[in-house]
Amino acid sequence: MTTTDVRPRGRWVRGVRRTLTGLHPALESVLAAVVGLLVGAVLMYIWGYDPWRAYWALLRGAFGGDYEIASSIARGVPLIFTALTFSICVRAGMFNIGAEGQMYIGAAAAVCVAYFQLPAGLHLLVGILFAAVAGAVWSLGPALLKLTRGVSEVISTIMFNWISRFLVFYLVAFVLVDPRQAQRTVRIPVSARFPILVQGTDLSYAVFMAVAFSLLVYVVLWHTAVGYEVRAAGLTPTAARYGGISIKRTMLLSFALGGVAAGLAGAATTMGLPPTYAIISGLPELMNLGFDGMAVAMVGRNHPIGILFAALFFGGLNAGGRVMQFYGSNPVPLEMVRVVMGAIVLAMAIPELIRLFPALAEAGRGLARTIARRKPATEEGA
Amino acid sequence: MNWSYVVDLLRISLHAMVPITLTAVGEIIGETAGLFNIGLEGILLIGAFVGALGAKAGGPVVGLLVGMGAGMAIGLVFSIISAYWKGTQMIAGIGINLFALGFVAFGLIKLGAPGFHAVPAEAQLLKLRTPMGALSPLILVALVVPFLAYWFLKRTRAGLILKAVGENPEAADVAGINVNLTRLLATTFGGALAGLAGAYMSVAWFGSVTKELSAGRGFIALATVVFSGLNPLLALVGGFIFGFFQSLATWIKTLPTKTIPWQFVDMLPYIVTLLVVSGVVGRVRFPKALGVPYKRE
Repeated sequence: MTTTDVRPRGRWVRGVRRTLTGLHPALESVLAAVVGLLVGAVLMYIWGYDPWRAYWALLRGAFGGDYEIASSIARGVPLIFTALTFSICVRAGMFNIGAEGQMYIGAAAAVCVAYFQLPAGLHLLVGILFAAVAGAVWSLGPALLKLTRGVSEVISTIMFNWISRFLVFYLVAFVLVDPRQAQRTVRIPVSARFPILVQGTDLSYAVFMAVAFSLLVYVVLWHTAVGYEVRAAGLTPTAARYGGISIKRTMLLSFALGGVAAGLAGAATTMGLPPTYAIISGLPELMNLGFDGMAVAMVGRNHPIGILFAALFFGGLNAGGRVMQFYGSNPVPLEMVRVVMGAIVLAMAIPELIRLFPALAEAGRGLARTIARRKPATEEGA
Repeated sequence: MNWSYVVDLLRISLHAMVPITLTAVGEIIGETAGLFNIGLEGILLIGAFVGALGAKAGGPVVGLLVGMGAGMAIGLVFSIISAYWKGTQMIAGIGINLFALGFVAFGLIKLGAPGFHAVPAEAQLLKLRTPMGALSPLILVALVVPFLAYWFLKRTRAGLILKAVGENPEAADVAGINVNLTRLLATTFGGALAGLAGAYMSVAWFGSVTKELSAGRGFIALATVVFSGLNPLLALVGGFIFGFFQSLATWIKTLPTKTIPWQFVDMLPYIVTLLVVSGVVGRVRFPKALGVPYKRE
């Protein structure tokens, strides 16, 4: 074959490759999601389930109709916030795994609005403010320990998570408890609830707060001087320091903004997700939202806009998982969804996941070539 | 004060020390070679779960070995991702933790009762009768392993190689050491110890598995590693300190007088961990190449 025959096809391939490079991060997320779903399928198969039927139920439960889509979005809303907590700190060069605890504290603060009366809109705003401030204050603990004592945020945020968990257990049981129903806190009054957006579903106006906050984070990080400093400090701390950026300031700021996001996750869940509008003892509605948020952040490539799409995907997994666990004669427990999430995150840890496939293909081709080469050799020898 | 209370407290502390010390020593080996694995919490959980299954199938020793094997497998996956594929170690660790959270909760539902699974008495590791009461033989293991690890790291050629790989992988590479393989072996060994620690919790200590069995011990082990400054002997001390405060919390809750709500008592181990870690960091030095994948130029 001459080179002239190849050239048009080569140019076409190059064009496709260039487009793919632009979409590279998104493609890698999709690929990681596929890998995670495959791992889930293999595990379901091993445990004696029918993965095909389970995923079909999950898909229909997530995006099968208006009601399903609405509940997928509703489940994704708190994840947008907790994902932002993680992402903001990653952009600043830290691994803040404290969204879980900050969210508990935010939720507890939001419940406090039940103790006073205010006009409808204002009551809601005060609740949001309470949650945001509480989340930010709680996030200052690990931030200050890091700044003053050099304690790794990976360790301190987890310890703060456990402390806040028991603190909120205590508040739910003794302080905020509903005198008529001991297994939950007082309910947030109607005037402080997010109005329902689509009647008959879980989707409330909290989704607008989530989208607005993502856009705000995007603008702050990419279109302000402070955001530039935060990202510069995250990329190359030494260079940023030489450039006159105070690393301490960017760390404190990103931790506080992350804390605000986590607090809002608590508010969005207690004030914006029917039907309880309270914290139930044992925190079933809140538990693990912070950890799931980290998966959302990674699949969303730590970008506020990417996170919106990733949250829709994970919200769909959660909403669909709730349908899947009651589907058929041998339903798959909801917990499978978290197994899939973990596998997705593991796949996201592999850089250049896409390259792995050509590499494997190349290795396979190489193997085939050696076998093909060896065969005639043995024939000659014989 | 009644002496039997003190003996009780000491006995529970020794039991609580085992998983923290074993996990921390494993992580010290891994971090010396330059890999930072925050997936310990997940390895503990999965080790506890599959260890319980193994014990039910083939007795307590099989259970411990199965837990160890599972830990090794996870350590292997972690090191392939972070050493050979140059992945982000933090993310891989977070992935392991999330995966374990789902996997164990899922498995417990599959076994019948959601959230709780008891290991039958005949499948549990027998405890030694001593003047202090029943002690698990694994306490001895946890007391010996740090000394072996210390000897290995400070007195053997292999220990030096491990250190070279963690401090200066370029130089180690030039000296003909296979950096990635060394890291893989170190982390796999660390995973095995964490898996053993997990299986110990279900097979030899609590006699049951819950989805929150690990209760942050993986991260307390990380704190112990910081406290120890990568010295396995100090990991033994740190493990005992953290184990003691966990036991103190358990012990306070059994006291007849309930002056402090249990929620605040349960915070104690985590608060102490924060205090201890913030007291020691600054004077601890970690390997230069910790957390950085090695790429040959």
